[in-house]
Amino acid sequence: MSRLPEGRRMSALVKLDQVSLRHDRHLALNGVSLAVTPGRIVTVIGPNGAGKSTLVKVALGLLSPDSGSVVRRPGLVMGYVPQKLSVPDSFPLSVRRFLAMAAPRGDWQAALDRVSAGHVLGRQVSQLSGGELQRVMLARALLRQPDLLVLDEPVGGVDMAGQAEIYDLIAQEARQHHRGVLLVSHDLHVVMAATDEVVCLNGHVCCAGHPEAVAQHPEYLALFGPRVAASLAVYTHVHDHAHLADGTVEHVHGPQCQHGRECDHG
Amino acid sequence: MAPNASMDGNATMDEFLTRALAAGIGLALAAGPFGCFVVWRRLAYFGDTLAHSALLGVVLGMLAGIEPSLGILALALIMALLLGWGQGQKRLASDTLLGIVSHAALACGLVALSLLEHLRVNLMGWLMGDILAVGWTDVAVIWGGGALALLALWRLWPTLLAMTVDEDLAAAEGHNVARARLVLMLLVALVVAVAMKVVGVLLVTSLLVIPAAAARALSRNPEQMALWASGIGLAAVVSGLGGSWRFDTPAGPSVVVAAVLLFGLAQLNRR
Repeated sequence: MSRLPEGRRMSALVKLDQVSLRHDRHLALNGVSLAVTPGRIVTVIGPNGAGKSTLVKVALGLLSPDSGSVVRRPGLVMGYVPQKLSVPDSFPLSVRRFLAMAAPRGDWQAALDRVSAGHVLGRQVSQLSGGELQRVMLARALLRQPDLLVLDEPVGGVDMAGQAEIYDLIAQEARQHHRGVLLVSHDLHVVMAATDEVVCLNGHVCCAGHPEAVAQHPEYLALFGPRVAASLAVYTHVHDHAHLADGTVEHVHGPQCQHGRECDHG
Repeated sequence: MAPNASMDGNATMDEFLTRALAAGIGLALAAGPFGCFVVWRRLAYFGDTLAHSALLGVVLGMLAGIEPSLGILALALIMALLLGWGQGQKRLASDTLLGIVSHAALACGLVALSLLEHLRVNLMGWLMGDILAVGWTDVAVIWGGGALALLALWRLWPTLLAMTVDEDLAAAEGHNVARARLVLMLLVALVVAVAMKVVGVLLVTSLLVIPAAAARALSRNPEQMALWASGIGLAAVVSGLGGSWRFDTPAGPSVVVAAVLLFGLAQLNRR
């Protein structure tokens, strides 16, 4: 992996270019572009139904886009934490075995300790609580020593103190081990501190850039509503974008807004 | 159907029973691990659908001038491919699709049978199984086919386990999920087609589901459950055939009753 800043484009772990994907008639992703490079945390935010999980699956190669390109670095090792996991009760699987499936020779206890779930090693996966399972999945993804961590709402079901802890751990993994991180969240204020780039998604990329810039972006506000804005005093917004009653988007340029080339609402 | 001892003499009876035991044991051993996947991945209805298409397979096999068993196998494999494709479409819920195909296949089979009156088909034999009618060739097919199916399963084991946890997760970690899913469906179709001879259309999935479900209560990991399922299936075959012999009851259903009793027994171990 390149350490040179100008080499970043070249060393992208995964790069999506103008990706569009249709579910039935519904355009789930519309001309989405983004890239994750080693050591960088890219956070995708957006409301329910914005296509966040679809985007994750395209990045992982689980879904093929209808148009646009997805390039993953050859030999890329990915660690994936899905939004939820439902292991059937009928499937006898201990946490130890679940971790061993991903990393046959890893130090499973240490991996669990890092996510504060050291006590569950001998338990059955189907009996874990939501938060415990989420921690175990993160430990499992990290055990693979991935180049790219793909995390779809990794703190779902985790208590507030635990959430901060987990985001700290993710940031540490990115910085110390140069792992690229593609993170999906609908909660910007917890992830903000560590995130290098925020992509605000609502089918298309509404805005993207440094968290401060995105937080000031009117479309971000429009998507998340005034209550979120009120809870985030640091964010000031300049509207550049209005959602019209018929569902179309009208664009008004604001400062610092970056658009994908596909944006036709200029 | 319990044999009539006065008709054939004891030596022949022993051979009947030996062949039935050999066939049943071979099937139970192979069905155990596959039954686990049927339970884990909720394929019970899928197995039923394949079984229900068997009559149609018999008719088509006879029309094509091949062995009915080959007709069953061919149709089961085709159905598995079709269902695999159909479930990918996601237009209908999986159980709705299976409900349509399952009963369509059964009804078509019965209608076709009635139209082709010149075909002599032992309908009860196919519906209920006829394990006492198996020959040594059948036994060889069951053991050979079972061994091949288990070998293929063993090769795909890590991928299949990963898929059982989560298909997306398995694919993201580099497992070839699509191939493993297809092979598993074809192998289940193979096991169902072979089991048809032993327990018949109506009871065939029971040999997959019941021993595996019983094994769940005794197991802490997937391999243990697969082995227990084979063992419980074996015990069901031996005690079922023994009971059939002793009480003059039909063989296939007796094996299933034995399996259910073992399932009940295993529940005593539920923590």
